[in-house]
Amino acid sequence: MQPHFIEFITVGFGLILLMFEAFTKGNKSQIGLLAATGLTVILAMLFCPAPSCCPVPEWMERFYSDDQTARFYKIIAVTSTILVLLMSVDFSKVLSKFTTGGEDDSATGEFYCLPIFACAGLMWMASATDLVSIFVSLELVTISFYVMVAFMRRNVGSLEAGVKYLILGALSTGFLVYGIAWIYGAMGTTDITLYNSILESGAYHLNYLLFGIALILLALGFKVGAVPMQLWIADVYQGAPTPITAFLSVASKAAGFLVLMTILSPFLAADATSSTVSSILLIMAGATLLYGNLAAISQNNFKRLLAYSSIAHAGFLLIGVATQDYNAVSFYLGTYLLMTFAAFFVLALIRSEEDSDELEAFDGLGKRNPLLAFALTIAMAALAGIPLTAGFWGKFLIFKSAIANDISWWLLSIAFVSVAAGFYYYLKVVKAMYWNTAKDNTSITVPVITKVVLILLTAAILILGIYPQPIFSLLGQ
Amino acid sequence: MLLALILIPFLAAIGILGGLPARLTAVIASLANILVATYALSCPACCDGFSLQVLADPKINLSLGITGISAIMLILSVIVTLAAVYSGKCPEGREKLWFSSTLFIAAGAIGAFLSTDVFFFYAFHELALIPTFLMIGILGRGERKEAAWKITIYLAFGSIILLAGLLMATMHTGSFAFSDLAAIPASEQNTVALLLIIGFGTLVSLFPLHSWAAPAYASAPTPVAMLHAGVMKKFGLYGLLVIGMKVAPEGMLYWLPWICVLLLGNIIWVGLVTINQKRLDLMLGNSSVMHMGYIFLAIAALAANPANSIAEPAAILLMFAHGISIALLFSLTSLVEQKTGTLEISQLGGLAKKAPALAFLFGLAGMASIGLPGLANFAGEVMVFFAGFADWTPGESMGWVQITTIIALWGVVISAVYMLRAFRNTFQGPLVKATENAADIHYCEKIPAYILAATLLVVGIYPKIILQFLSL
Repeated sequence: MQPHFIEFITVGFGLILLMFEAFTKGNKSQIGLLAATGLTVILAMLFCPAPSCCPVPEWMERFYSDDQTARFYKIIAVTSTILVLLMSVDFSKVLSKFTTGGEDDSATGEFYCLPIFACAGLMWMASATDLVSIFVSLELVTISFYVMVAFMRRNVGSLEAGVKYLILGALSTGFLVYGIAWIYGAMGTTDITLYNSILESGAYHLNYLLFGIALILLALGFKVGAVPMQLWIADVYQGAPTPITAFLSVASKAAGFLVLMTILSPFLAADATSSTVSSILLIMAGATLLYGNLAAISQNNFKRLLAYSSIAHAGFLLIGVATQDYNAVSFYLGTYLLMTFAAFFVLALIRSEEDSDELEAFDGLGKRNPLLAFALTIAMAALAGIPLTAGFWGKFLIFKSAIANDISWWLLSIAFVSVAAGFYYYLKVVKAMYWNTAKDNTSITVPVITKVVLILLTAAILILGIYPQPIFSLLGQ
Repeated sequence: MLLALILIPFLAAIGILGGLPARLTAVIASLANILVATYALSCPACCDGFSLQVLADPKINLSLGITGISAIMLILSVIVTLAAVYSGKCPEGREKLWFSSTLFIAAGAIGAFLSTDVFFFYAFHELALIPTFLMIGILGRGERKEAAWKITIYLAFGSIILLAGLLMATMHTGSFAFSDLAAIPASEQNTVALLLIIGFGTLVSLFPLHSWAAPAYASAPTPVAMLHAGVMKKFGLYGLLVIGMKVAPEGMLYWLPWICVLLLGNIIWVGLVTINQKRLDLMLGNSSVMHMGYIFLAIAALAANPANSIAEPAAILLMFAHGISIALLFSLTSLVEQKTGTLEISQLGGLAKKAPALAFLFGLAGMASIGLPGLANFAGEVMVFFAGFADWTPGESMGWVQITTIIALWGVVISAVYMLRAFRNTFQGPLVKATENAADIHYCEKIPAYILAATLLVVGIYPKIILQFLSL
């Protein structure tokens, strides 16, 4: 089997599932379980070594690479899609409430199929090596997200989020195409693998190129949630259905960073452009860190808090991109998946139980359900970057390359203050769970899926916190 | 073997969370730890270090080993841990949190002192952060919420500055092993030394970064106060001795005047603040901040002349003695509160009539903390003062360290003032309302106190019993 078939299989699986969903009656959330099962098979295929018999065909080579990094990001994409689907199954009560008014779940079937298409797009993006294939795959992802964000059509918040995401997404798409056009004009090709030699030979127009790069930075800044394109994050995250928020915050961000690294790596390596590009990235990083952390400090809504925290994390990741420590960025994103999903699983459950995303809803969770509280404590500790959790390694490696690359002291100070600020707002959640007393003390029962996933995620965060090598092995290091 | 020292309290804490009988498990775990530590120290050859590579690039190992200083810190940790699980009064129904947090903090401290890799040295220290936050916030006294936030944010900020310093210090070799630490290029020494002094200094409550310590110790449940003031705080001093002096000796020398001024801030300024305290627990919290100044004085003497052979043993002996005496004082203070229901010094009096054993032990610990000869702190403080003058020959003009030492000597007077006054007002004089019906401490409550008091006496009379491990 040729490597690129895996994306086709994924799309095909999504289409079949969509058909199947249309012609069957009964419990729609079983579609979600079916989808998760199918994706688990695809995930298993990703772990198999690339078959030597059938390499990528010649006509495809330009658009597609099947290296270890691409595989790593595909694993991230598929894993997070599986987790999103599982979360959606436990979230179905809220979904039906806001689609059909809670009578039945007949209108929720597509919700379990759309993530598969987004997943296929994310996987394709991981392998894309040409600006055109990057653009096409990015659009597949974004368009699926437009629908998913606005899926709860009887909920004003979800609709508002959908409109905001659509308008800003379209704008950033415009920037992206325009930027691609300028880069194509300056370099003469859209094949990123050729850029290194073109930059060496000097056969390009520098100013046009920089303009194109700036446009692309803006467009991808939207994807990863970096200043100045971060404004949509808080509202869209808050309004979107919780599983989709998790999806946006992990898979979409990871793919955005991968594309950023794919496109920028030749420019960051070449002398002519590296200082300009890296200083733009560092300024973006500083602004993103400041914005995300300052805004997060005062949040009392957990979902918004996670939204701003995702902006803050984008700031750290941008430092990693600017210092060209791509392995650190990939590692960070891998651990970010674990801790963010752990947090969102708890949030989704509280949302369906308490009908609220506010921090108050978490009051006294330590008494109401110790397991949930413990898992969320670990997730928050990891997001804050407390040592012996996986989250610390990511920050540690980023700081290490920042210091080794001698980036300016003001950016480092911002980064350090951000970490300290992070301790405050992440521990605020821990505080709510253990210090505060709950309004009602009824215990919360955790559905089996959420329980199993939470235990796995928490264990992974702790084990990788001491022994991070497995993620590096996946990265081929 | 060494791994067991960390795993025993860690697994016991997890076991307690999982439903094992809390108090019993904690006591067994800390006793087991003392046995393992005794074995490891009595026969260093028979327990090799432990090493597991967790990351190839940068090279980071989970490696444990016993070097001279860490042996002494290990003894301190296991003794204070045992006393801590016996101390304080756990509120009904909160045994899980109480004992598991205590053990988590202990595991973090032991892990930090045993690590021979900068990464895990740093990482284990932070293990205490969340348990401390929860313990102070949920089970603390007084202004517990404010104190919990303050200690957490302060320590988080201090550690992150420390991380910057450690990363810069290890950047040139790319290895995080203690054995690979070496002096870095002169151009960076000043920066690294500054970062390490601020980072470690915050964790040790160096003036003016000390304001988290006293309120946190006053609010913290007794075991947390004992472990934090007695053991965790030594982490920063240990780091300065083991890492700071090694990677940036010239940088430390460059900042010497600053260290001297700031440590006088600890001894004189905080000392005067301590005199003014009205509550026993706040007084002890402040006094523990004040005593850090003496240890910094030893470090300053070492920075002024790395060949100063008394300075390092002086610092270590005083670290040990202070750890034991402050843990004893916090443990006894909690007993005073249990017997009388208050810690306001003005509401106490005559307790010695009702509780002579408690008064005797408190007097002993107080005297130790002032520096009465025959008790461990005296040996430490005297050595510190000698270290200050070790490089000075009569007739020569005095340097920063000598002048600082002379001023610092006044600290002894200051501690005598507040400690004796507190003792008099609490234990002597006529009985007052709070102490009329107070009972003496019973058998069970004496155990931790006697363990700690005996250690103070033995080390005071024969300091070599501890200092012999420096040659390991």
